[in-house]
Amino acid sequence: MRLDIAPILAALRRHRITSTLLVLQIALTCAIVCNAVFLVTDRIRWMDTPSGIDEDRIAAIRMSTPGQGVDIHARAEADLAALRAVHGVEDVSTINSLPFGGRSWTSGVRLDLSEKVPVASMAMYYGERAPQLLGAQLQEGRWIRPDEYGWIDDIATKKVASSHVVMLTQPAATRLFPGKDAVGQMIYVGDDGYRVVGIVRRLANADLNRATIGEAIITPFRMLPTYGAGYVIRTAPGQAGTVLAAAAAALKKVDARRVVTEKTTYAEVRSDFFASDRALAAMLVGACVVLLAITALGIVGLASFWVAQRRRQIGVRRALGATRGDVLRYFQTENFLLASMGIALGMVLAYGMNVVLMVHYELPRLPWGYLPAGALSLWLLGQLAVLAPALRAAAVSPVEATRG
Amino acid sequence: MGTEFAYYLEMAVRSLRRNPMLTLLMVVAVALGIGACMTTLTALHVLNGDPLPGRSGSIYMPRMEPRSADSVNEPLPPDQVTWTDGMALLHARRATHQALMLGGEVTLRPDDPSIDPFIMPARYTSADFFPMFDVPFQFGQGWAAADDENRAHIAVISDALNLRLFGGGNSVGRSIQVNDTSLRVVGVLRPWRPIPHFYDVNVGAFASGEDVFVPLTTARQTQLPRAGGIHCWGAGSTEEVKMETAQCAWLQFWVQLDSPAAAGAYLAYLNDYVREQHALGRFELLKPAQLTSVEALMDEEGVVPSDVRLQFWLASAFFVVCLVNTVGLMLAKFLRRAGELGVRRALGASRRDIFTQLLVEAGMIGLAGGVVGLALAWVGLLLVRLNPNRSAQLAHMDLSMLLTTFVLSVLAALLAGLLPAWRACQVPPGLHLKSQ
Repeated sequence: MRLDIAPILAALRRHRITSTLLVLQIALTCAIVCNAVFLVTDRIRWMDTPSGIDEDRIAAIRMSTPGQGVDIHARAEADLAALRAVHGVEDVSTINSLPFGGRSWTSGVRLDLSEKVPVASMAMYYGERAPQLLGAQLQEGRWIRPDEYGWIDDIATKKVASSHVVMLTQPAATRLFPGKDAVGQMIYVGDDGYRVVGIVRRLANADLNRATIGEAIITPFRMLPTYGAGYVIRTAPGQAGTVLAAAAAALKKVDARRVVTEKTTYAEVRSDFFASDRALAAMLVGACVVLLAITALGIVGLASFWVAQRRRQIGVRRALGATRGDVLRYFQTENFLLASMGIALGMVLAYGMNVVLMVHYELPRLPWGYLPAGALSLWLLGQLAVLAPALRAAAVSPVEATRG
Repeated sequence: MGTEFAYYLEMAVRSLRRNPMLTLLMVVAVALGIGACMTTLTALHVLNGDPLPGRSGSIYMPRMEPRSADSVNEPLPPDQVTWTDGMALLHARRATHQALMLGGEVTLRPDDPSIDPFIMPARYTSADFFPMFDVPFQFGQGWAAADDENRAHIAVISDALNLRLFGGGNSVGRSIQVNDTSLRVVGVLRPWRPIPHFYDVNVGAFASGEDVFVPLTTARQTQLPRAGGIHCWGAGSTEEVKMETAQCAWLQFWVQLDSPAAAGAYLAYLNDYVREQHALGRFELLKPAQLTSVEALMDEEGVVPSDVRLQFWLASAFFVVCLVNTVGLMLAKFLRRAGELGVRRALGASRRDIFTQLLVEAGMIGLAGGVVGLALAWVGLLLVRLNPNRSAQLAHMDLSMLLTTFVLSVLAALLAGLLPAWRACQVPPGLHLKSQ
C-alpha cells in the first residue's frame, strides 16, 4: 500500500487558505464538542445525585387555610389523623422541606457560644420522624426519640423546653467535626445548644449548591402548616401518585375552605429541581449534533471543490497507472492529515476553553479521556464526510487526462 | 450605480443557482449559526431588560447597616429595612416619591360559594408605589397617603384578577374577600409586569406581578400572610406579632430621585439618619449609607442565570465555526469561477467590480441565511420556553431582536465573503482565456 504523504502536503500547500480554514473549523468543533460533552456528563452526574430517601414512596401536599384564632395544634392533629385514615397511606408527618424540594431552610451553626460568626450555614429539617418517614438510613448513634419532639411554636415561645438533641447527615458531620466522631458533640443554632445523637447516611437538602447538597441538620421539632411546612406521606413503593389524590380530598373534607397550594409526588419534586439542568444538557447535545453536521458538510463542500479542480491531474495519474483505490486513498489520507492537524489544535483550544469555564462557571477540570474520544469521532466524521467526494474522484477515468 | 447594483444582483442570483448544493450548504451554515446565536441572545436580552423603561435611572434603593457588630460578615448593607427605619424614612418624605413594601400571598374567596377559593400573590405597600413605578391603571387609581395612615380597607387589583372575579368590567367600588377581610376595590391595573421583578427579588427575580395591592398598614393590621426574605440578627425573631419591633430587615424601601443633585442630597440625609441612630444606640456600626440603582442591584443579585450566559458563549463559538465554514465554502465557490472571472477581467471589469459583485453575492447568502436563521431561532425559543424555569418562559423575540437577526446575518456573511472575494480578485485577467 502506498501512502502519498509528501505529494499530499505539497498539494495542500497550494490550497493554503482553504486547508487552513478547514483545519480551523475542525479544531473549533473539536474544542467545543469536547467541552459541551463534558458539560453534559457533568450535569447528568449532578442530576443523578442520590437523595438518600425512598423516592418512589413519597408524596407531599401543601395547604393554605385562611382563618385566625384556631387551635393550630388540634387542626394539625386532625389533618394527620385524616391522612392516616386514607387507604394506602403508611405514614404521614408535617415536614418543612424535601431533598431537592426547592424550599430550603438554613440556619447559622456555631460550635462554641464564644464564636462571633457562625462556622457554617446549614440546611435544617423540621418535622416529627422526618428522616424515618422519608426513608433515610441510620448510620451511627440513634434516631431522635418520640418523647424528644416538641411543637415548634411552644419551643419558640419557651412554653415547653426543647430536648436539645439533633441528628446530622454524614457530610454535615464531616464538615463540622472533621476527623472526629460527631455523635455526642455539641452544636449551637442561635443561642441554643444541641447534642448530636445520631448520623444519617444520606439525606440531601433542598439547596441548589452542589458542594453542600448533602449537608443537613435534623431537629427535634414537630412542625405546623402555618409555619410553612407541608404534609408528607409515605405509601407502598410506586403508590405515591395514586394515594396523593385521595389524601388531598381527605384534607379538603376536614375543612372545605382551604386551598391546596401544592400536590406533588417526590418524582415530580426531583424532576422540577433538575429541570434547567436537563434543558441545558438537551440544548448542548442538540448544538453538538448540529455542529458536527456543519463540519461534515464543510468537509464535503471543500473536498468536492478540490476533486472538481483536480479532475485533470487525477486523470493523468490514472493514465500513468494509479488504481482507483490509490485515488480513493489519496483523498482519505488528505482528510486524515487535515483532521489530525485540526484535532491537535483543537485539544489545545479545548483545554483553554475549559480553563475559562473553570474560572467562570466553577466547572471541574476536563478529564483526559474526552480528548481521545473527541479525536476519534472527528477522524471518523472526516473519513465519512470525504467518502462521497473521494469516490467521485476515484471514478474519474484516465481519458480525462486527454481533455483540454 | 442603481443599474450596476441591479446587474450585480442578477449575476449573483445566477451564480448562486449554478451550484445549488454549495449555495445551500452556505445558507444552512449561516442560518444555523444565526439561529443558535439569536435564540440565546434573545433569552439574554429579555433577562437583562430594563424593568421600568425610561424611569429606572431615577429609582434607588436606600441601604444602611442596622446589624450588630458580631453578626455582619458581609461587605454590603442588607437589601431590606426594618419596620422602624422604613417607617421613619417613609414619613420623612425627602424624595420625590417613596414607598415601603412587602410581598405576600392572599386567599381570595369568590362570592359564589360553589367556586373554590384561590391564592394569589399580593403586595402590601404605601401609596407612592403607583406613581413612583408609573403603574398603568385601567379603572380607578391608587390610594392616598391618608389611606395608609387610616389603615383603609381598600385594594388595587390586577387586570387578571378583575377578569376572574368581575368578568373584566369596571369593578371600582366593589368589594373582594381577602382572607378574613373585605376590601373595597379602588383601582384596576392594566397588565403590568416588570422584568426582572426588581423591587423585591426575595420573592423570585422573575416572579410574576402581584394581583392584589393592599396598604401595608392595613395588611399588617389584618395579618395578611407575608412572603419573601427576612434577615434577623441579635435577638431578632420572626414571631408574627413582634415583627414591627424585631431586629429583622424584612421590608423593601424604594425612592425616586429625579436628578444626581437630588440623589446626593438624599444620600447626605441618609447618612445623617445613620449617625443619629448610631448616637441613639440603635445602630452598633457607623457604616456609610448607600443608594443602589436598579441596575446595580440586578448585577449584585446575579439575576441573569449563569446557564444563560454559558449558552450564549457556546452559541457565539458555534457562530464562529459556522462563519469559518462559510468562508471556506465561499472560497471554494468563488475560486471555482476563476475562469469566468478571468474572462470578465480581460473584457475590462476592474478588480473593484469583481469584488463588489462577489460581496453582493455573499450578502444575498447572508440574507437567505437570516431568513432561515430567524425560523430556526423561533423554533429554538419555542424549545427554550419548554424549560419550566420562570426566566426561560419570558423569552420572546421583539422587533429589535428581529432586526438584529438580519443585520447580524448579512454582516456575518459579508465578513465571511471578504477574504474569498479578495482572493478571487487576484485572478489575473486572460490567464484562463487560453485554456478555454
